[in-house]
Amino acid sequence: MTSQTPIVELIGITKSFGPVDVLKGINFTAYAGRVTALVGDNGAGKSTLIKGLAGVQQYDSGVVKFEGQEVSLPSARAAAALGIEVVYQDLALCENLDIVQNMFLGRETMTGITLNEPQMEFEASKTLTGLSVRTVKSVRQKVASLSGGQRQTVAIARSVLRNAKLVILDEPTAALGVAQTEQVLNLVRRLADSGVAVIIISHNLQDVFKVADDIAVLYLGKMVATLKSSETNHLDVVQYITGSRTMGDQA
Amino acid sequence: MSVTIGSGHEGNVRQQVDAYVSRVKGGEMGALPSVLSLFVLTILFSVLNPYFFTQGNFANLLTQTATLMMLAMALVFVILIAEIDLSAGVTSGVAMALFILMTNKGGIDWRISILAGLVLGTAIGAMIGFFVAKVGVPSFVVTLGLFLGFQGLQLALLGDGGLYRIEVPEIKAIMNDNLPAWMGWGFLIAAMIIMTAINFYDRSVRTRSGLANRPISLMYTKLAIVAGIGAALVAMLNLNRSTSMKEISGVPIVVPIAITVLFLGTLLLDRTLFGRHLYAVGGNPEAARRSGIKVVKIRIIAFMLCSFLAVISGIFNASRIGAVEATAGKSIVLSGVAAAVVGGVSLFGGRGRLIHAAVGALVIAIIDNGLGLLGLPAGINFLVTGGVLILAATVDAVSRKRSSTAS
Repeated sequence: MTSQTPIVELIGITKSFGPVDVLKGINFTAYAGRVTALVGDNGAGKSTLIKGLAGVQQYDSGVVKFEGQEVSLPSARAAAALGIEVVYQDLALCENLDIVQNMFLGRETMTGITLNEPQMEFEASKTLTGLSVRTVKSVRQKVASLSGGQRQTVAIARSVLRNAKLVILDEPTAALGVAQTEQVLNLVRRLADSGVAVIIISHNLQDVFKVADDIAVLYLGKMVATLKSSETNHLDVVQYITGSRTMGDQA
Repeated sequence: MSVTIGSGHEGNVRQQVDAYVSRVKGGEMGALPSVLSLFVLTILFSVLNPYFFTQGNFANLLTQTATLMMLAMALVFVILIAEIDLSAGVTSGVAMALFILMTNKGGIDWRISILAGLVLGTAIGAMIGFFVAKVGVPSFVVTLGLFLGFQGLQLALLGDGGLYRIEVPEIKAIMNDNLPAWMGWGFLIAAMIIMTAINFYDRSVRTRSGLANRPISLMYTKLAIVAGIGAALVAMLNLNRSTSMKEISGVPIVVPIAITVLFLGTLLLDRTLFGRHLYAVGGNPEAARRSGIKVVKIRIIAFMLCSFLAVISGIFNASRIGAVEATAGKSIVLSGVAAAVVGGVSLFGGRGRLIHAAVGALVIAIIDNGLGLLGLPAGINFLVTGGVLILAATVDAVSRKRSSTAS
């Protein structure tokens, strides 16, 4: 599955807030068709790293390569134009609108000056079907009536609809029960299998091992380990996260 | 690839009805409570006072409601984004003051004067929108300030106790003249043709996109109900309702005007990008912003539309009383908010339609009219209207809770 060029490659990324160095020379890669988990304790720099990729906040120095080309990400719009979509924890859905309206919000299909509802409904339905979503009864349900897992599904499907090449998921299972977590993780897997690069931020290592191909561990602003999840185990990752082990120990 | 997820359009009539019932139970009630109370109140007052259900009282009721209905529809645009415009009434008063000074004192053509009033109103809306959306002052405060300030401006323009008679027959005609019988029927038929055409057009587009359509019998039933009620009203209003020798009959001219505004406004909200984004801003401004919607612009336009329609409501009011007073529009604005809320427009934003405000205004007007006919003391009227408002707001709050916790 691994292609030669990574979708995104970060080289020597740094970011400081005043005297505090939050990112101290991070190298990071994510590949198409693979789920890369970004783990680390609170304050390790996960959010700062992601905000830079999303274009919300700029890095101080370092190189960002997207599909092999060096790019700058001055704004969220620039990131979206490249095909980088972020699903934040709060999902940013309008509860008073239905699934179709949410999936197309800000990018509505028009016929002249009127909304082309049938076209949008068809596309939304197709996208959800393509992701094998079966938990949603009707695409015209209001988001207010959806469960947490279903909402997460809608938010992820929206990024697919926008032809994302890289989808970043911020704690997608944090507020979910067991069954819904399972559904969302399956969706994440299918998303990657469809050829998208997925970065997932999670505190839940059980979820990480279930869905991720690669695991990148941040510790106090440094990338202390990049591992294949098939070649490591729970305990090792915990030790990297807590700083009681570094990549050198492995040798 | 075949589409397997439904859209709620599938299934026979029975399944459609079941789905509707479960939506209502889930808290998506829409105009249902107010439509039901409209029926209950009509039957109740008809039983209590035989004069209530007469052509004379119905025509009276429609013209009594028109001003309130237009103002309530105006307010929907700002209530949808969880804001309020307490100055809508006095804004219309200021605009009408400009109108009357231009026609009566300036001798300017009434059409230009009306246009000037509408432009002034819309500009006031833009100013409110600027303070609310751009500067960030709460709309309650901005419009309360204008509510007080504009009362002063009206006095300054028209003088203390100032009252100017309207000399323009076209404006007086809106509330006081009626369509000839054939025109009433013609308007109804035209409206039904347009509604049917839109329904068929929507169905054909869905079919072309490979989507399911609701059973066509359901569409015919809905259209038949609307046509039936419309025909009954036109027939009733075409009867002579005069108590003197001179015949008075026909649909009041204000009715087709109000229905046209309702129709165009509903198209704007349901079928255009602006409408969709207005609902999005009302539902979750942050989500709207992240989706690339220009939230500030949407908010300002909402206030402009509100003030624009408020001026139309001011025209209705001036037409009804045949004059422009210095106190015009002062007392009506809270009734307008009440009408919208009673009709099912949510003060939390994001939920509600123009037709809800229209039905809500009818409910409030019927309470007013019916209790008046019963000869009860005026205080009772306020008590009942207040009670209905609190009841409606409670229904809104409870159904909102229910629909957001359902899973």
